[in-house]
Amino acid sequence: MSTSNNGWETVIGLEIHAQLSTNSKIFSGSATAYGAAPNSQANLVDLAYPGVLPVLNGEAVRMAVKFGLAIGAEIAPRSVFARKNYFYPDLPKGYQISQYELPIVAKGRMEIVLDDGSRKTIGITRAHLEEDAGKSLHEGLPRQSGIDLNRAGTPLIEIVSEPDMRSAKEAVAYLKKIHTLVRYLEICDGNMQEGSFRCDANVSVRKFGAEKFGTRAEIKNINSFRFVEKAINYEVERQIDVIEGGGKVVQETRLYDPDKGETRSMRSKEEANDYRYFPDPDLLPVEIDPAYIGEIKATLPELPDEKAARFVLAYDLSQYDATVLTSSKELGAYYDDVVKALAGEKLPSKEQAKLAANWVAGSLAAALNEHNLEITGSRIDAKRLAGLLGRIVDNTISGKIAKDVFEAMWAEDKSCDEIIEARGLRQITDTGAIEKAIDEVMAKNPGQLADYRSGKDKLFGFFVGQVMKATGGKANPAQLNELLKKKLAG
Amino acid sequence: MHTFTLAELAKKLRAKEFSVTELTRALLARVEASQPRLNAFITVTAESALAQAKAADRALADGKAGPLTGLPLAHKDIFCTSGVKTSCGSKMLDNFVSPYDATVVEKLNAAGMVTLGKTNMDEFAMGSSNETSWYGPVKNPWNPKLVPGGSSGGSAAAVAARVAPIATATDTGGSIRQPASLCGVTGIKPTYGRVSRFGMIAFASSLDQGGLISITAEDAAMVLGAMAGFDTRDSTSVDTPVPNYVAELDKPLTGLKIGLIKEFFDTGLDADVEKCIREALGVYEKLGATLVEVKLPALPLSVPTYYVVAPAECSSNLARFDGVRYGYRCQDPKDLMDLYKRSRGEGFGAEVKRRIMTGTYVLSAGYYDAYYLKAQRVRQLINQDFKRAFGEVDVLMGPTAPDVAFEIGAKSSDPIQMYLNDIYTIGANLAGVPAMSIPCGFVRDLPVGLQICGPHFAEAKLFNVAHAFQKETDWHRRLPADFAKEVLS
Repeated sequence: MSTSNNGWETVIGLEIHAQLSTNSKIFSGSATAYGAAPNSQANLVDLAYPGVLPVLNGEAVRMAVKFGLAIGAEIAPRSVFARKNYFYPDLPKGYQISQYELPIVAKGRMEIVLDDGSRKTIGITRAHLEEDAGKSLHEGLPRQSGIDLNRAGTPLIEIVSEPDMRSAKEAVAYLKKIHTLVRYLEICDGNMQEGSFRCDANVSVRKFGAEKFGTRAEIKNINSFRFVEKAINYEVERQIDVIEGGGKVVQETRLYDPDKGETRSMRSKEEANDYRYFPDPDLLPVEIDPAYIGEIKATLPELPDEKAARFVLAYDLSQYDATVLTSSKELGAYYDDVVKALAGEKLPSKEQAKLAANWVAGSLAAALNEHNLEITGSRIDAKRLAGLLGRIVDNTISGKIAKDVFEAMWAEDKSCDEIIEARGLRQITDTGAIEKAIDEVMAKNPGQLADYRSGKDKLFGFFVGQVMKATGGKANPAQLNELLKKKLAG
Repeated sequence: MHTFTLAELAKKLRAKEFSVTELTRALLARVEASQPRLNAFITVTAESALAQAKAADRALADGKAGPLTGLPLAHKDIFCTSGVKTSCGSKMLDNFVSPYDATVVEKLNAAGMVTLGKTNMDEFAMGSSNETSWYGPVKNPWNPKLVPGGSSGGSAAAVAARVAPIATATDTGGSIRQPASLCGVTGIKPTYGRVSRFGMIAFASSLDQGGLISITAEDAAMVLGAMAGFDTRDSTSVDTPVPNYVAELDKPLTGLKIGLIKEFFDTGLDADVEKCIREALGVYEKLGATLVEVKLPALPLSVPTYYVVAPAECSSNLARFDGVRYGYRCQDPKDLMDLYKRSRGEGFGAEVKRRIMTGTYVLSAGYYDAYYLKAQRVRQLINQDFKRAFGEVDVLMGPTAPDVAFEIGAKSSDPIQMYLNDIYTIGANLAGVPAMSIPCGFVRDLPVGLQICGPHFAEAKLFNVAHAFQKETDWHRRLPADFAKEVLS
């Protein structure tokens, strides 16, 4: 358990809003695609015209159930939509359709791995379906506000955690796990810039050992992992300062300002809306039977934790590597494919699995990052990468040369063997050839040779470099080392 | 031709006694002439009516006509009609031209009916006298000093004065049956979920139901068949087949068990109205029915229950009228709050505001359990009362309203007195069961309505029972003297 200064303990709960990637809205037939011209994806239902009625999109229910099953939660046999009443221009009906007393998903959990490698379970109180609001636009409209209702009615699942997190790091770890999970389940694209995945953080502090929670502040709408960590840390310090300065933390809603790196008050509890929730009489309760749940269970993919556990068990990877390689479904699948192509029918050796892990998480990840690509857009597919790794394993090329081959493969659509042949990069493993190169280098550098022999051991590296240079980097490094030591010793 | 029922008109049009266009012209002239006296219409759609009439004449000539082709009707101004102002009786929507048709409108258009116009109503269907309309009160054709009832007062007055043979209407707490009773016409509120609410501007979603006001039960049976049915656009509409209501009209009533709701005869009922109702029940006995008294002990709680549930839902349903996207917007709003406050303050009338405030109050934190939740529990009890009663009898009967039509202005300053006008009708809305009102006599020269209520989806039974009475009596064929002539001066 992490501690803050002076014996203060931090308590955090998160409310995550994930937009469900349905084709149409939760209660209307409008499209949900991001970035369309303002109000081009808002029909009469979204605009709350007189007389229109909501009709539930079954796909949103299916996705919520999928999520519930993936976090080991209870799926409510009967859940109810309720109206949350408040006035705002981006809320056309004057109420948001949400779920209140009877949510579709309850009592789930998610395990996170802490810095010291230990595991911790975060409770998930509930997850409920609701509709998103529209957006108010202020830019380019002097003394006016515009409203874009394209987002109004986009399905959301709100995932409410227990106040189980004790540091900003834990909160980020939990948020990342949920982020990974919703993408695995293909129920949310996870795009934080576009607001498809965002969270509110409930933060309070208390003295260690205190039974009661401190008064909490809710930080609204944080849309990046980095900001979540910063906002929470700022808020924790602010609250400790308030209390240590003799003040009291007030229950309120706060906003995080990423430019200033601070949170500031939005509204206090007294100013908070009375939402006057009541069951929506326009919608029937959602009834879910066990057969439907069974059907969805059968479609669940291998989940990130299951996949990571398999990588540890079957491939002997470290927990760290396994976590990195399962951070997205596609990355995990890519790694799986590389290993399979490399090892064929057999289980890979620990070395093969590790080599593949290093390359996928290393050079490949760096190249993708540099070109701003997702794994699915990689210019080197799993088979081609496995071909390259195969040439390292069978000593055709060294790991160092492999990096050059990799770059060439990234640039042109050729197999590694073609590149190795065309550029003559095949590793020199012929002892005679290496010895010949060593002799030449020694002959060219009599001064250094004398120094080395008089005790300047450090010059060994100089000779390695010279021989590598002479062989175009192709000398087998292990052989070179061995032969060079012998020759220099005289 | 104005005195003909819809069924008679259908025959005469097919017999080529007159054309749809001739009929439509005659009725449009009556609509115009009646307006200063009744104020039954908010909008007259003469042009499109004549176009529909022309199309209907062609269909009749080509032998492509359906059973309702060319039959005229009026729509309550609560149903959205594409390209036509749909005001809901409110200043808030005085400038609102609907971009779409309600399902009911769409279906009746498709059936070939001719829409004469949109009828006046209490603002957002909130009222029992038609006095809350932004367009002024509708007058009772039997006496212009009196109210026609509400909220479907325009539809009831139009049918009573025979300016339209039938009109759509809606009923949240009695808004079809009470004006039908006060105007001497037939009204049916179907089972909740029988008729799609899509495009019907919501007052209280769990109670609102579209229906009809007509001259006869037979006419209503003809049109309800085309109007009812499951609608994918309304999740609360019920996916159960629509029977052929007309086919079941003439079943004999032998063995019919009629329950008299004891509580309806206990309090507040005018003695003459009671006598009139008892005489009507006598007609049913002659037709072979037996009368038994039934108790619905929770029913007297229906008015207070209704005045929690309905305002609660309306306070939320009417939140969309905010001056932002359509409807009334105040002049020069200072800021967002000013826009909201003045648009709503100026756009809504007093009764609507009263209900929004009541509804907001009963849903507020700290009051929800005491009011809304308790009302929902009482609603369950009322539901069970009806269920138990229908275990013992086939239909329930009683008065539709405690008295005949009252004077305009008599109750408008006393909301409680006004609300008590719906004391006999609200129960059916809370339980979701179908109910009718049919003319059954006159008291002090004013019509009295008999209420007939059946179990869920028993509309065919109600039409059958009402039709049997209308074959024996002619109360439903009586016309107010001022509207007796075909051409109104």
